[in-house]
Amino acid sequence: MRLSPDDMVFWQQGFFKLNGTIVFTWGLMLVLAIGAMLITRNLSTELHRSRWQNLLEIIVTGIEQQIEDVGLRPARKYIGFLGTLFLFVALASLFTIVPGYEPPTGSLSTTAALALCVWVIVPLYGIREQGLGGYLKSYLEPTAIMLPFNIISELSRTLALAVRLFGNMMSGALILAILLSVTPFIFPVVMSALGLLTGMVQAYIFSILATVYIAAATRVTGPRSEPRPVPSA
Amino acid sequence: MLIDWFTVGAQALNFLILVWLLKRFLYRPILGAIDAREKRIAAELADADARKAEAEREREEFRRKNEQFDQQRTDRMKMAIIEVGVERQRLLDEARKAADGMRAKRQEALLSEAHNLNQAISRQAQQEVFSVARMALKDLAAANVDERISEVFIDRLLEMDSGSKERLGKALETTPDPALVRSAFDLPAEHRAAIEKALHDIFSIDVRVRFVVAPELVGGIELIANGQKLAWSIADYLTSLESQVDGLLAERGEVKTQTTLKHGSTSIAKTEGLNPKITEPSKLDRKGE
Repeated sequence: MRLSPDDMVFWQQGFFKLNGTIVFTWGLMLVLAIGAMLITRNLSTELHRSRWQNLLEIIVTGIEQQIEDVGLRPARKYIGFLGTLFLFVALASLFTIVPGYEPPTGSLSTTAALALCVWVIVPLYGIREQGLGGYLKSYLEPTAIMLPFNIISELSRTLALAVRLFGNMMSGALILAILLSVTPFIFPVVMSALGLLTGMVQAYIFSILATVYIAAATRVTGPRSEPRPVPSA
Repeated sequence: MLIDWFTVGAQALNFLILVWLLKRFLYRPILGAIDAREKRIAAELADADARKAEAEREREEFRRKNEQFDQQRTDRMKMAIIEVGVERQRLLDEARKAADGMRAKRQEALLSEAHNLNQAISRQAQQEVFSVARMALKDLAAANVDERISEVFIDRLLEMDSGSKERLGKALETTPDPALVRSAFDLPAEHRAAIEKALHDIFSIDVRVRFVVAPELVGGIELIANGQKLAWSIADYLTSLESQVDGLLAERGEVKTQTTLKHGSTSIAKTEGLNPKITEPSKLDRKGE
């Protein structure tokens, strides 16, 4: 029994290999990229537009709104990374309805890769917004004693991100596999539907946590952190 | 081992490539389209606002002009009514004045015509009467009317009362000019001598006399001296006859006017009332013929 699509190896040459995780990821990437290309090929700036364009606009503006709600402004600066994170994870679990497909997010390697990306991008955004000194100083907040705890927190949350997503996706797939062997009818469908919901929730959690981490890292301390006055209507 | 580090690296790379791809093919175009639409909608809204403001302004302007127009119309109407009233009054006055003038002229003309007609009738009547009288006198007494007139005049001189005689005598005495004897016809020499003689006999003075022919006297003779006049003429009788005829005509005219008032309008009655002096003499005239 496979715990991860990593075990589905198609080709291997020493250190390099082509496993199910990579192949399914490529498939998802192709679907996303080609779908986006096809839909955005004839975008309408008029009031009337196609259903697909409407769908993409709803998704994009929804993501943008979520980012802004967390407190990251301007959202467009972060939507590339955070939006892709959400779309990738969501689509990976959505495709579980396709027979023979295994979500790449069910592999700890993928979730670890995504968590590592978040772990790298958070300080980058933090340094860009606050400067290197400002960002490093945030590890000494509220006191210097907190430095080791802050570092541990940074590492543990990255680990938590990876393991949470992996655990949820892997468990979903595992339960489905077990149920198929026990009761091949009805129940797997219900669990599959539940798995879709779990996948969506996990995609939301993963991306919203990444957003929160970036927001925390980019929050400028001191007088500059005062909330901007809300423009009067 | 759950984690395959090659796969981790490959997935991280894949993810970054996906980020780039989606940025390039999804977010940028979609957000661009949204921005363009928002800009377009904002422009349209701004345009609509501007148009609305313009419409509001034009509506206000129109309302103001409408009110102004209404006010002007009311004012002009009032002014026009006043002007029309004034003009109407003026025209009425003018017309009334013109009508009065015309009526006065017409009345005057009618009066004048009636007067002329009356005169013509009376002259004609006098002449006719005189002619008839003369013919009758001629036939009856075989005497000339002129002669008879002279005789009658002399008789009147002689029959004068003492007061009149005294006044006339004084006048004849004091007058520097010769006494004037006017007659409707040219007196023959013997009649002139008879009159001079009669004067001489009555007043016992030499009276210088100048004889003048005055056809308007209609068969009469008159003596004028220093403001005193002694006259006898058929015209007196005719005048009396004329006044009687006029009285009769006036009476008939009044009767006719009253009858018309009962049956017709005032204007006709007035016209009819003016007519009798014209119509009746013409009837008389026809009768005379």
